[in-house]
Amino acid sequence: MGPGWRRALPGLITVAVVVAVAVLAYNLNPDDTTPVANRVFRDAPVLVLAALCGLVGERTGIVNIGIEGQLLMSAFTGFYVAAATGNIWVGVLAGVASGAVLGLFLALCAVTWQIDQIIAGTVINIFVIGITSFLYTQGKRSPGGLDPIELPWLSDLPFAGPALFRSTPIAYLSIILVFVLHIALFHTRWGLRSRSVGEHPSAADTVGISVAGYRYLNTALAGGLAGLGGAFLSLESVGTFERNMTANRGFTALAIMIFGRWRPLLAWAGALFFALTSALASQLQFNQVIDVPPQFINILPFVLVLAVLAVFAGSVRPPAAAGQPYVKE
Amino acid sequence: MSEPIRDDPDVHAAIHAPMALEARHLTKRFPSVVANDDVSIELHQGEILGLLGENGAGKSTLVKMLFGLYEPDEGEVLLRGEPVRMDGPGDAIRRGIGMVHQHFQLVPVFTAAENIMLGAEATTGPFLDPAAAGRRIGEMSARFGLRVDPDALVEDLPVGTQQRVEILKALYREAEILILDEPTAVLTPAETDELLGVMKDLAASGTSIIFITHKLREAIAVCDTIAVLRGGKVVGTTAPAATDRAGLASMMVGRDVSLQVTKGAGEPGDVVLAVQQLEVTDDRGHAAVNGLDLEVRAGEIVGIAGVEGNGQRELVEALCGMRKIRHGHIVLAGEDTTRATTREINRLGVSHIPEDREKHGFVASYSVATNLVLARFDEPPYARGWMRNFDAIERHASDLVERFDVRPRGIHNRMGSMSGGNKQKCIVARELTQGARLVIASQPTRGVDVGSIEFIHRQLVDQRDAGVAVLVVSAELDEVLALADRVAVIYEGRIQSVMPVAEASREKVGLLMAGDVAAAETAPAVEADDDVPSALL
Repeated sequence: MGPGWRRALPGLITVAVVVAVAVLAYNLNPDDTTPVANRVFRDAPVLVLAALCGLVGERTGIVNIGIEGQLLMSAFTGFYVAAATGNIWVGVLAGVASGAVLGLFLALCAVTWQIDQIIAGTVINIFVIGITSFLYTQGKRSPGGLDPIELPWLSDLPFAGPALFRSTPIAYLSIILVFVLHIALFHTRWGLRSRSVGEHPSAADTVGISVAGYRYLNTALAGGLAGLGGAFLSLESVGTFERNMTANRGFTALAIMIFGRWRPLLAWAGALFFALTSALASQLQFNQVIDVPPQFINILPFVLVLAVLAVFAGSVRPPAAAGQPYVKE
Repeated sequence: MSEPIRDDPDVHAAIHAPMALEARHLTKRFPSVVANDDVSIELHQGEILGLLGENGAGKSTLVKMLFGLYEPDEGEVLLRGEPVRMDGPGDAIRRGIGMVHQHFQLVPVFTAAENIMLGAEATTGPFLDPAAAGRRIGEMSARFGLRVDPDALVEDLPVGTQQRVEILKALYREAEILILDEPTAVLTPAETDELLGVMKDLAASGTSIIFITHKLREAIAVCDTIAVLRGGKVVGTTAPAATDRAGLASMMVGRDVSLQVTKGAGEPGDVVLAVQQLEVTDDRGHAAVNGLDLEVRAGEIVGIAGVEGNGQRELVEALCGMRKIRHGHIVLAGEDTTRATTREINRLGVSHIPEDREKHGFVASYSVATNLVLARFDEPPYARGWMRNFDAIERHASDLVERFDVRPRGIHNRMGSMSGGNKQKCIVARELTQGARLVIASQPTRGVDVGSIEFIHRQLVDQRDAGVAVLVVSAELDEVLALADRVAVIYEGRIQSVMPVAEASREKVGLLMAGDVAAAETAPAVEADDDVPSALL
């Protein structure tokens, strides 16, 4: 417990500072901060689910560069299945399934065929951009979003209250999943075995743990997480499907994963931090507080994440076997 | 196939215990080699069976079949009298077989308890219960004398303790049969003695042990029965009382081997290498060499003895220009090379037989011939202006593979395709024929078979006799004692003590290696008669 918390400290401090600034800003000007808060909790679930996808994969030894593709594929599948069936939950399930299928494909490439994992992930990204653009048709309508669930009392809290506690089921689910994964990864048999596969696969193998089995299982599970994120993006956050609508969120998620040191709670903090900076950037632009071309404003979140990574990267240690195929001697 | 020759058919007569594990006529073929050819061994309950053999003799293949990592092509394995087919290591573990692998199978970022319970986790409901595992580990630690802090991270533990974690890992799974694959290779003499004691205790309490080693001394000290493998066959089974080290060695190699490095008295000349107050850090930035002084003279062999990880690697890399020097000086034949590059140092006449030959010794995708001129490829006669001179390179290579008995002789073979011993011979050939003033040999015989060890040692002594300064760094204390004229003991980055080899007893050096200077001073300086160091053991 001790060293874990010490490692988590920079992230916790970041979160505390962000919260303090946000509350202060809210008291000064609620008209500006409310849309920022709304946007943070609309953007964060995609990022956090995508980062969890990357994290579960790398903890088990599979580097997943194809998260971007998994998000886009599931955004596409989720939206069109929901439009075709008229049932949004069926759409969500289809999105999760399509993410998991791409996860299985990544595992097939990485574990069975032992293709370089970066190349396999890139193949997924290119394939998905192509296929979704090709099959894209305009004018489909989704049956409307899921109804938000309002938590009494909590939703009356200032600043984040209305935005966070009047969320849709998937947004709540993403937060629950953060905690579930934290416990699963560090306090269950599955977590210990998964991490051993990602750190020292032959140690796992020699005590009878199936390295390939865990890598397949976890890459598929992780794909399902990204799938949920993609479905949320098209069905909830935006409400429609656009070509290439994921706009590099999958790659941002990898940065968030590193920022979060491959730990779910910290990754969640990272996702909120990133979502906040990008929401802030658009609000500043909207208010015309700063008069610079929008391209520069849009860069801001990435610059901040880079800065944070640069400051903390020195002490970051990825799972030792991430990206390496396991070959029995 | 005939029964393997048994030198002493009554070996097992003394052991009336029931059979724990038996291999009958096991054969395992790989594409290019028959690794095990009709191998049969017997292990009784509470017995310690030593498996001796050179590298490539088939020891590892045999135990991998017993542990379910390989499937035998022919023959059968009997567990407590019943034929079994082991379906992977998980199956072997369930049947009560534990194995401590030569390369530790521990997750560095996990605690000792997490490593020990991995795959057999203690849980309450769906959650891990590290406290319960810790209690059980504490209990086992006490019972078997294997001290381990369950909450310590494995990467912070010394090698000897990591090994105790490995053994506890097997015992935690209630292993009744324990396979130890070269467990003493990484231990200090004191840690080795401790391990041998633990093995005897375990055997006395009913655990059956297969002990793989190439150190004859240990096999004789601890085993009830010794099986010797050569070329994939069991060439003899014997009791320690019925044989001696020379007998075992010739059984391993198939001919008489000189266990002793025969060398006359050296004639030390001028100082070739002088190291003053050297400070070097390791990869993580911690002090590895910490104020080290050392001198090596022409015509003498200085051996550095020490437990691995006490700065030997960093010292050698600093001497060769492969690692930045924080403080201090290195003077080579009167020239200060503290800031010199690897190439400059090489040109000044320093040859280096690296510890990690796969990484620093050769280019695996180049031919043997090219590797033999790796440091001189751009000089005449191996180059004419900008062009390489293949005639000269090939003549040179043909000459060296003949003189250094590299097998196979093909100079166009890819270096990566050669066996470990022959790779090492190539490196030795290159480094000892480029006119060195100082030869730095780091673990020169690691992973090399007995016959090649004898040869490489001979070459190093010949260099000394030709007036070259030789610095030997080895984790094998016996190798240092056999080769060196003077022994320098390194501990935590400093030379604890330098002494003529005649005053360096195993016991004294062993205590110094563990940092116990006070005890070393009272230790006897001279070996007991039957305990003469010999390089092969």
